[in-house]
Amino acid sequence: MGYENVTQSLTKVIEMKNITKKFGDFVANDSVNLDVFKGKVHALLGENGAGKSTLMNILYGLYSPTSGEILINGKKVDITNPNIAIEHGIGMVHQHFMLIKPFTVAQNIILGREPISKLSVLNMKKALKDVKEISERYGLYVDPNAKIEDISVGMQQRVEILKALYRGAEILILDEPTAVLTPQEIIELIQIIKNLTKEGKSIILISHKLKEIIDAADFCLIIRRGKHIDTVVVSETDEEGLASKMVGREVSFVVAKDHKEAGEEIFSIKDLIVKDNRDIIAVNKLNLSIKKGEILGLAGIDGNGQTELLEAITGLRKVESGKIMINGEDITNNTPFQVISKKISHIPEDRQKRGLVLEFDISENTILENYYKEPFAKKGILQYNNIQVYAKELIDKFDVRPREESKMARTLSGGNQQKVIIAREVSNNPDLLIAAQPTRGLDVGAIEFVHKSLIEQRNKNKAVFLISFELDEIMNVSDRIAVIYEGKIVGIVDAKDAEIETLGLMMAGGGNK
Amino acid sequence: MKLKLKELRKTLYIFATEKTIGFTLISIFLGLVVGAIFLAAAGFNPFQAYWVMLLGVFSKPSYISYTIIRATPLILTGLSIAFAFKTGLFNIGAEGQFIIGSVAATAAGYFLHLPLLIHIPVVIISAVLAAGIWGGIAGYFKAKFGVHEVISTIMLNWIALYFQNFLIYTKGFQKPGGETSYSIQPTANMMILKTWKQSEAGREWLLQHPFWKDLLRTPMNWGFVIAILMAILVWFILNKTALGYRLRAVGFNKFAAEYGGINVNKNMIISMFIAGALAGLAGALQVVGVSHKVTLIAAMEGYGFDGIAVALIANSNALGCILAGLLFGALKYGGTKIQMFPVKAPSEVINIVIGSIVFFISIPKLIKVILTRKNKKEGTK
Repeated sequence: MGYENVTQSLTKVIEMKNITKKFGDFVANDSVNLDVFKGKVHALLGENGAGKSTLMNILYGLYSPTSGEILINGKKVDITNPNIAIEHGIGMVHQHFMLIKPFTVAQNIILGREPISKLSVLNMKKALKDVKEISERYGLYVDPNAKIEDISVGMQQRVEILKALYRGAEILILDEPTAVLTPQEIIELIQIIKNLTKEGKSIILISHKLKEIIDAADFCLIIRRGKHIDTVVVSETDEEGLASKMVGREVSFVVAKDHKEAGEEIFSIKDLIVKDNRDIIAVNKLNLSIKKGEILGLAGIDGNGQTELLEAITGLRKVESGKIMINGEDITNNTPFQVISKKISHIPEDRQKRGLVLEFDISENTILENYYKEPFAKKGILQYNNIQVYAKELIDKFDVRPREESKMARTLSGGNQQKVIIAREVSNNPDLLIAAQPTRGLDVGAIEFVHKSLIEQRNKNKAVFLISFELDEIMNVSDRIAVIYEGKIVGIVDAKDAEIETLGLMMAGGGNK
Repeated sequence: MKLKLKELRKTLYIFATEKTIGFTLISIFLGLVVGAIFLAAAGFNPFQAYWVMLLGVFSKPSYISYTIIRATPLILTGLSIAFAFKTGLFNIGAEGQFIIGSVAATAAGYFLHLPLLIHIPVVIISAVLAAGIWGGIAGYFKAKFGVHEVISTIMLNWIALYFQNFLIYTKGFQKPGGETSYSIQPTANMMILKTWKQSEAGREWLLQHPFWKDLLRTPMNWGFVIAILMAILVWFILNKTALGYRLRAVGFNKFAAEYGGINVNKNMIISMFIAGALAGLAGALQVVGVSHKVTLIAAMEGYGFDGIAVALIANSNALGCILAGLLFGALKYGGTKIQMFPVKAPSEVINIVIGSIVFFISIPKLIKVILTRKNKKEGTK
């Protein structure tokens, strides 16, 4: 049918025409066109750093375009700040959460539009009622009285979505909304998106996950290196078609992995008990072991003790009881420094909070655990020449872009930040590599790279512990799969024999104990 | 003409927003403008006042010397605060650490009897250690009990102040009949050519050399040189050593530092110790170089608080603290000149100027907004 024919009868709510945005000499958007139609989902697809966020920030008033114009409901508008965007009914759910951590869920949602009673007193009762109502209406259940700092990343995402819905946006920009959701939650979200469009709301879905674009979107704009590549009707294409347009080459979806016999057990956890921030038991008598030369995948829904388990292993959280062993040595309640020295490396779940010092440049970040050792420091004096040589080597080997070791980590795209962390951790040559959500928010090309790195590590006869909420990833990459539910391992299966239905059932607590 | 204006604005914009010296200079300029407005409003000629100030700082060797003497403790308290800033801590306690440093220096300078070349280093080291521990207490409280360093250092400031006053009324330390301590031994005095200045030959020579006479009229001492060396040392520690790497990592992102195996609590204590030591050094140099004793104080003298402004003007850059401290010293010393004939303006105006400079530096956003209005639409980020 073609895009032109399909869209002929639809009402345009937003038209972005020939949008160009330059930062100095760098062209972030090069004459990009985007039309959004009433009651439709328009996906925005592109690799990390392709210019998706820039385009949306222009629409949301955070940047002014260098040239081009924006029309809302056929009228030319000048969106110079987010308040104007909100006035025009545009709501945005950011990729990095904009939440006040010590506030409760309800307080965050009503922020800026607080219900007040006669004497300008905050009417918390009504607020709670409103929040409950809206969260039930869209099927995004949250505890309105929980503090943000106590709830999981996945829950925080829900609050962000609710916040935009509470403000009654007509056009909702969702920036990588599913990056942290479980498969079940993604299905729910897609249902929510469908409900919203049914009510006449329009959605812009920024994503590089092809599957959810196919499932949720009506149209899809593809951007590559700032350039407008194509706008397609989603029902007329498939994942391969979208992927090759996005990356500019054919992409393989299957992880290449030879069979490998696992070696002896190197790492084990016995009867581990760990409490969470609220002093509630999060890891409950957990047992686990990993062998040399195998990737053990940990499947589970966010909030079942994964974070606490990881923090306990890496020395960031106190162990109540139980034992953690590596290479025959007890590392229970060791400090992070001791854990690192026992040859355990860790790709952390939250790369901006734990993984990187964003104000440090790439080279300084590559020596985070080794800054005091030769050749990086001699007698306490940093050897910048050696550090630079080392950083350059890693940048080359792990294809970090831009290829400048003096670039601040903050300025890198998410995928390249992750590459810096992986480069650092893998280069420590660990006996056990722990990878927590290593591909969260990354594009197809970068995911391919991360998976290859993990498998390489396994092929070198090292142990790898992969924690992910993406069931596909766990099933593709792991050799064995352990399922965690309410702080316990409820089942371990061989990846060859794993079926998505059984795993899903176990993740929901219905497995055989 | 219009085009040129546009370009000028763009250049100014880049100059002002890149967190550079340019930005600081614009802030200083705006501060002076605000001060001028106040002067004019109070009925004084601002140009004349600033001219008198300029002359009051530069026109005589002794004036320059006094300015440097004024600047020396400010450079060091500025460094103390800048160092803490760089490692993620806000040291409000430089004031108290300064007091502890000067008390310890006075005690070591008066009670100990040591040879000339050894006495001064011993005095300085005792002061630095005492003030370092004073600062370290705040670091320890934060690491162990989670007490915010702003709260604990404010409390420690008052404890230090009353501790000094208490000592001044203590027998053996108090100079009989006065509200001051005994003066330090001559061996602990760091003034340049002190004995020679007062000798017969010295006085004769100086009579024939008016430049030197004027210069040596002041309590000129080695403090400034030590302050500069300290600024270089702090810069070196922060940027070139493994310790500095660790401290900055904790300052920028303590979660990542902890994850990387760095002991966050230990480094907070170290950082506060070093910050305290720097402020204590300021106090010690003031004693060995200028005052030679401590006196009863009714309120905070402000060396530590002025240090906050110095650190802000210097953008927490260690070497920048030298320039910021000098600027501050010049404003403070030059400010006293406009009180006299012919201007006779209140020196408080100088505090307004200093306040405005700090104000403009703290609100880079406003300057950005003023300069960007149009640039934004033209597409410069």
